[in-house]
Amino acid sequence: MDVRVQTERFDPGAELNAFLSASNGAGAAATFTGVVRSKPDDPITALTLECYPELAINQLKAIVTEATGRFDLLRATVIHRYGTLAPGEPIVQVMTLSPHRDAAFKGAEFLMDYLKTDAPFWKQETGPNGTHWVEAKAEDDAAKARWA
Amino acid sequence: MKILYFAWLRERLNRGEEEVSPPPAVVTVADLIDWLAGRDEAFAHAVEKRALIKAAIDAKLVTQAAPIAGAGVVALFPPMTGG
Repeated sequence: MDVRVQTERFDPGAELNAFLSASNGAGAAATFTGVVRSKPDDPITALTLECYPELAINQLKAIVTEATGRFDLLRATVIHRYGTLAPGEPIVQVMTLSPHRDAAFKGAEFLMDYLKTDAPFWKQETGPNGTHWVEAKAEDDAAKARWA
Repeated sequence: MKILYFAWLRERLNRGEEEVSPPPAVVTVADLIDWLAGRDEAFAHAVEKRALIKAAIDAKLVTQAAPIAGAGVVALFPPMTGG
């Protein structure tokens, strides 16, 4: 298990290559990378993530342990940044390794659904109209609930 | 015990942490929120939507029903929005 909570930018491709190079012929690796979104009709100039690092590490480790057991993953990595990020920068990357694709996909999806509601990060968007806290979404709770 | 605040709760209170000594009648996290709200109008206003407030004790996520006896650090914060 590899869980990292950091302010430094990471290279999504380099992280994936390092993950794959240690895959030992496992068969299936799935990767999800979340990047800072800025839409033409709703532009943002910066995304600031606040974090409680000690709790984030504990929560992410618990979520990875749960996913590993549930989907028989061989390995899983979660990298999550905090601090101030620009549009297009990677925020989060989840990588899973398993003998078959189904478990790799499902494991990555489970990890993302859980960390969105259960890991202590809070997003604040800055755009032309100022800065506001992103509100928690009911669909994120629903996405997590379907794994119950 | 030390209390940590995060995100809009921290902003509304204008502080990220404070040291408090609640009386013995304050048993759970919910009691602690009530007690803090009772001493401070700004706090009462900030936690108006009481059910939204999440908590952790010593970096472990808990519910508002969790007892705070022996806690070193209690964190209070809004729903999480990472990912």
